[in-house]
Amino acid sequence: MLNEIAFLLCASLTLAGAVAAMMLRNLVHCALCAAGAFAGLAAIYLQLSAEFAGFAQFLVYVGAVAILIVFTILLTRGADIQTGRAGSSSSWIGLLVAGLVLACLVGSIMSSPGLVRLPAQTANAPVQKIGEQLMNQYIMPLETMGLLLTAALLGGVVIAMREPAKANPSAR
Amino acid sequence: MTTPLANYLILAALLFVIGLAGALTRRNAVLVLIGLELMFNAANLNFIAFWRFNPHPEKLTGLMFVLFSIAIGAAEAAVGLALIIAVYRHRRSALMDQFNSLKG
Amino acid sequence: MEFIIKYLWLMPTAPLLAAGIGALLHRRQRLLGAGLAIGAILFSFGLACVAFSTTLRGGRATSNFRWFEFGTTSVQLGWVLDPLGAIMAVMVTFVSLLVFVYSVGYMAKDENFTRFFCFLALFAAAMLGLIIANSLLLFFICWELVGLASYLLIGFWFQKPSAAAAAKKAFIVTRIGDLGFLLGILYLYGRAGTLLFYDGGHGCLERNANTGVMMGTTLIALLIFCGAVGKSGQIPLHVWLPDAMEGPTPVSALIHAATMVAAGVFLIARVYPLMTPESLQVVTWVGALTAVFAAAIAVAQNDIKRILAYSTVSQLGYMMMGLGTGGVSVGMFHLTTHACFKALLFMGAGSVIHGCHEEQDIRKMGGLSRRMPVTFMTYAIGMMALCGVPLFFSGFWSKDAILDAAHHWRFSQTPFYLGLVGAFLTAFYMTRQVVLVFFGRSTNQEAEHPRESPPVMTLPLVILAAGAMLLGFFGTPVWPWFQSYLAEDNAVFDFSKLTEGGQLGIMLLSTGLVAVAMMLSGWIYFKKAASADREKDPLETAQPALFALLQHKFYVDEIYEATVVRLTVAFAMFSDWLDRKFWGGLVRAVSWLTVALARLSQTVDETVVNGSFDAGTETVRDSGKWVSLLQNGQTQRYLGAIGLAFCGLLIFLLWGSQ
Repeated sequence: MLNEIAFLLCASLTLAGAVAAMMLRNLVHCALCAAGAFAGLAAIYLQLSAEFAGFAQFLVYVGAVAILIVFTILLTRGADIQTGRAGSSSSWIGLLVAGLVLACLVGSIMSSPGLVRLPAQTANAPVQKIGEQLMNQYIMPLETMGLLLTAALLGGVVIAMREPAKANPSAR
Repeated sequence: MTTPLANYLILAALLFVIGLAGALTRRNAVLVLIGLELMFNAANLNFIAFWRFNPHPEKLTGLMFVLFSIAIGAAEAAVGLALIIAVYRHRRSALMDQFNSLKG
Repeated sequence: MEFIIKYLWLMPTAPLLAAGIGALLHRRQRLLGAGLAIGAILFSFGLACVAFSTTLRGGRATSNFRWFEFGTTSVQLGWVLDPLGAIMAVMVTFVSLLVFVYSVGYMAKDENFTRFFCFLALFAAAMLGLIIANSLLLFFICWELVGLASYLLIGFWFQKPSAAAAAKKAFIVTRIGDLGFLLGILYLYGRAGTLLFYDGGHGCLERNANTGVMMGTTLIALLIFCGAVGKSGQIPLHVWLPDAMEGPTPVSALIHAATMVAAGVFLIARVYPLMTPESLQVVTWVGALTAVFAAAIAVAQNDIKRILAYSTVSQLGYMMMGLGTGGVSVGMFHLTTHACFKALLFMGAGSVIHGCHEEQDIRKMGGLSRRMPVTFMTYAIGMMALCGVPLFFSGFWSKDAILDAAHHWRFSQTPFYLGLVGAFLTAFYMTRQVVLVFFGRSTNQEAEHPRESPPVMTLPLVILAAGAMLLGFFGTPVWPWFQSYLAEDNAVFDFSKLTEGGQLGIMLLSTGLVAVAMMLSGWIYFKKAASADREKDPLETAQPALFALLQHKFYVDEIYEATVVRLTVAFAMFSDWLDRKFWGGLVRAVSWLTVALARLSQTVDETVVNGSFDAGTETVRDSGKWVSLLQNGQTQRYLGAIGLAFCGLLIFLLWGSQ
């Protein structure tokens, strides 16, 4: 009973945050609502006994990605853009497509035979075990992830770097 | 755990669709990226739900996947945002309508 | 004889070479042209004499070769040497030699001298080829060549319209006969399987002896006789011979007196084993009728050569009659003697014409006996031979042989009586001619008086006159060397033969008729010749209607013109119309159709093919333009597309496969 209420709360928080993130006019508000959605998701993870994932979600998404988004909004002067429409020219088509996808997904979920399954008695995911598995079974993905993050870091820096001032005066 | 699996899945689906709708409708590039992140998270939720409702949860496969997915999502968000900044510098605008020079 | 047969083919080839080289000569190379021809004919004469000498003991030699094959059968040609061919070859080459020499003088003033000798040589070659031919096909080929040479020579002065017309007439009329001849050849080939005369027992003339089956049917014999009718001028195809006198006189002497017209007689003699008794009856009747018919017309003619032409037709009728009633030797004997004296008469007439400066009307001549003595003497000898004056003149013996055979003919005596009538008429008109030409007062008012011809022309006359007198002695009943030679048995010198079988009676009868005719004619025309009035013939005043009929040749030409010629012309015009309008129209329609089809094809090609291709490419380009609109650079549009595709895939996977 408590679980259900908790789930409903978290779910509504997440959904409300997501909807708000997609509909608000002010970009910074959107970013903050998105962060709230992420937080709600993290709570659901915790509820699903995936503690590590939940904390990781919170740390990474709410703590880093949302901040990144806010930075970008500020860097691209999104805070003071109020002119024009919020939605693009063909927003109705987009909504239609989204609705279609929703229908498909829900339909497939409801008609799936694997839906009838009982949850496991206890889900035990201690951090130690995660660490062990990371170092034994998933060592390759771990290292690759390291490489990927390095590359993303470097790439991001290079892309967003302001060009040097001693560039060609005619290249403006 | 009394909430059935379907609830989580439907929540994930809803989240996904909201993210998709936003990515399709909003003009600003950053909002498109936010939508993308929402879609990512919906997929992650799916994985966790299925891990939890697995008869053998000690295998931790779902959890591992989600961990990596989170990391990759973060990296992708970083690069994407860097791209938006670079494009903004070039075009003086962050609106998706105006990024249409790659057309036939 | 075996030796000679291998070289016999040189006999016609020498004149042929002369003709071939002569055709390439320039008009001014007269000596070379004449020399080639005379040399060639001299060579052929020598060869003929040698061949003749080998056949004196009789026998026959052949030399055959294969010409071409088709399927399993082959067509063979060859040449044969036997008494019949040998005597004919000697006669032809001898007369040809004399005529060639004569022509040197006669045609001296003509500018186409060289062409003349070329054609003469061609004729000699064809005639000799005809004589030695062992195959009916080769015979026919040479037959046609002889006709061609005759056409070329009759129309020698082709600038004269009458000469050109006469040449055409000669060729066409003989062609009608040749059509029958060709049909006969084909029928015979179908029946006998071979066209060789003598082939070691398998020739078409030999089968009779071996199998006893008559190879020739009456139809074949009559069809072959058609050819002879055309070539030898029997009625009804005699109309070309008098018109053929348009050619130069040597041509008339050689071709239309001695040799070519005799080819018809020779043909019948050659294929005699094929002639059935019924066909021989037809031959006799045709010959007898022709003899009288032509002799009657000759009485009323005024052109010196035309009289001789009709005389030739008449004598050919006699020859046919002889073949029909008495066999090969009788006909051939008269042919040989006739060749001699008719050539003599023609050449004499040519000498007269030459002397009178190309005048040919006997009413305008007279008194030439004093001015042209040699010509007169030789002409008189020829005339007496023709009439059949007894003993020393060959015509008497040969004509008598014919009359004797006709008298003994078992079918009817009418040809005999017709022959007697013909003899009477012959004597009558020849006397008329000689009297009007050579006796009486000269009506030639020209400034230049007629002169005797040069020796090159009179020498052949003298030689032929001698022959006309002496040749007869080879065929008398007392010593029938000629007949025995042809029949290949021995001749016996027997005076008693003269009296047997009523021959003496016939001789006396014919002599009497000739004498009466000559006296009558002489009496009528001497008075005429002496007077100056030459316009009206005495006979004309006596019987004007009959005389007009005879003078107009029984209107045969006019009848032909009104019927056959008009019919042919109408048919030709119809054919022309048909060809031009009908077939031409069809051809034009087809061509129009082709052009229309081409136009249609062009249109189709341009509009349909090109158009469709262009439309296709246009469609591709337009569709490309349309498809490229999908890529508008809007990233969100792409994302939407991915979403739609995802839905589609999901639906297909989950529910599409049910």
